[in-house]
Amino acid sequence: MNEFLQQLINGLSLGAVYALIALGYTMVYGVLRFINFAHGDVFMVGAFAGMHFGRWLKPFAAAWPEWLFASVVLLGSMLFCAVLGILIERLAYKPLRERPRLTVLITAIGVSLLLEYSGQLIFGAAPRGFPSLITSTSISGLGGLRASNIQLIVLVVTGLLLLGLHLIVMRTRLGLAMRALSLNPTAARLMGVNTNVVISFTFGLGSALAAAGAIFYASLYQAIDPFMGVLPGMKAFVAAVLGGVGSLPGAMVGGLILGVVETLVVGYSKLLGIPPGYRDAVAFVILILILLFKPSGLFGKTQREKV
Amino acid sequence: MGPRFLLLISVAVMGLVSFLFTGHPELSWPLGQVDDYLLNILILAGINVILAVSLNIVNGHTGQFSLGHAGFMAVGAYGSATLTQINGKVFLADLSFLGNAAPTGLFVLSLLAGGVFAALAGLAVGLPSLRLKGDYLAIVTLGFGEIIRVMIQNTESLGGARGLAGIPPHTSLGWTWGISLLAIYCVGSLVNSTYGRGFLAVRDDEIAAEAMGVNTTRYKVTAFVVGAFFAGLAGALYAHFIGYITPEGFSFLKSVDVVVMVILGGMGSTAGVTVAAIGLTFLNEALREAEQYRMVAFALLLIILMITRPQGLLGGLGRWLPGKGGKP
Repeated sequence: MNEFLQQLINGLSLGAVYALIALGYTMVYGVLRFINFAHGDVFMVGAFAGMHFGRWLKPFAAAWPEWLFASVVLLGSMLFCAVLGILIERLAYKPLRERPRLTVLITAIGVSLLLEYSGQLIFGAAPRGFPSLITSTSISGLGGLRASNIQLIVLVVTGLLLLGLHLIVMRTRLGLAMRALSLNPTAARLMGVNTNVVISFTFGLGSALAAAGAIFYASLYQAIDPFMGVLPGMKAFVAAVLGGVGSLPGAMVGGLILGVVETLVVGYSKLLGIPPGYRDAVAFVILILILLFKPSGLFGKTQREKV
Repeated sequence: MGPRFLLLISVAVMGLVSFLFTGHPELSWPLGQVDDYLLNILILAGINVILAVSLNIVNGHTGQFSLGHAGFMAVGAYGSATLTQINGKVFLADLSFLGNAAPTGLFVLSLLAGGVFAALAGLAVGLPSLRLKGDYLAIVTLGFGEIIRVMIQNTESLGGARGLAGIPPHTSLGWTWGISLLAIYCVGSLVNSTYGRGFLAVRDDEIAAEAMGVNTTRYKVTAFVVGAFFAGLAGALYAHFIGYITPEGFSFLKSVDVVVMVILGGMGSTAGVTVAAIGLTFLNEALREAEQYRMVAFALLLIILMITRPQGLLGGLGRWLPGKGGKP
């Protein structure tokens, strides 16, 4: 039982990262109806931006308390990625708005490769250590459970970010416009919604959340490289599909479920008879099962194709 | 040029090339000696042509989007290596009635086995893919490719992550180009046949095609299986060319390489895709010095191409060649 709870904590902190990335996929899908393949690589850029921003900031922030420094790095990286996301949309996706979806998909793969290989060119292919923003300590809880303070901080801050997102989407005019656009783009435009602004805003928001996820991921695993975004990106996509693409609560729940399932499969690999090497295959098996049996996901609405 | 005529030409060229090159590559180039380096690039180009043409039937003619071609290639490579390397001695003993030709016979069998295994994998991918379109299909095929890779990585009898070495080198220029001509011919005449119009119909408008009585499901699965079969052949050829295969060699990036060939060549144009595959193979060799810039340039090219010329650099080239496709 104890071990199970322990795995659950590990799984939830990983799932929180997946959830943050998955939200970006889901939001972009909501307004533009396409899957932004490059999202996982925006996540990677977030980690590198955080690392370099942290290094640059360190001399100025010698006297700051640790939490302030960490939050400034987090916010800086989020801001950087938001700008990057908006730029990507403006330069690569916007000219293709009325084109077939396949064209946009290929462009997204191109953007993804561009970010990966430019990253490799600039930062080198070897993994780098991510500086610890907050001194890691181990916290013992009830019944000998152990969690690092970073895991707990990740869970709490993710919760705060999700709350903030909820408020933005449900309580602001831009959020209202986002919801209107995902419901019916034509009607939204007729009602005076400035679609370009809303789409840019959505990309910015999604990319900022991915950057936050990247800082958490890098703090948890302490190694970053230019291809680090590929697998978490794809897994987060699976999380978005699991929850129902286009549904915000779905992306959160899907991310958490995926993180927990993945951790449990590895943790109990002996019991289940699945070698731990299959860790990365778990997500894809879930994806295929979901698409076979409930393509709309847990929270998604079934959409009928109209001729 | 009718398909039968083309078949004759293909067989003749295949026979000629095989005769010229099998066994003694250094002696047989009509214009003088061909050096090993050029020979290797030519073989790689042939393998890439098979990969690109076979992916084209899925991504180009049928309008689906597969990102898992490297997975089928891996199945073919490992499937054929199972016959010639892992169980090579047993099978050679079984084929001893062929005398000196036994190794070649086994090689042919292993090629077929690689293709058939990959085709079965294609069937497995094709069936669930029916319900999916566009981006979803891309991710699912990508997922399948990754699952295949992870499975090989964790199977000790296939060498695991270390890879499989000591595969007998059987692949010659004749075999490679013979099979690539076969692939071009098969795909070309399949798509140009009455039956093959169905692939284009599925691509152009799936709903309309279905309304006209085209069995879209069957066409999509056929496309996947045929594409996977030839990818498996390419994998088998590759394994017996390089002699050493690792699961990492068949990663997502390998699939992307093939996708780039298909897109540059123009989706649905067999001729364009063939030219792009050969061209990119040579370009890759020429840019070996600038390896780290190569992919950045390809990525940029992909984005700019999609914005300015989505039919591909060479799209529309194939109007007077087999496998004509693309929009008129």
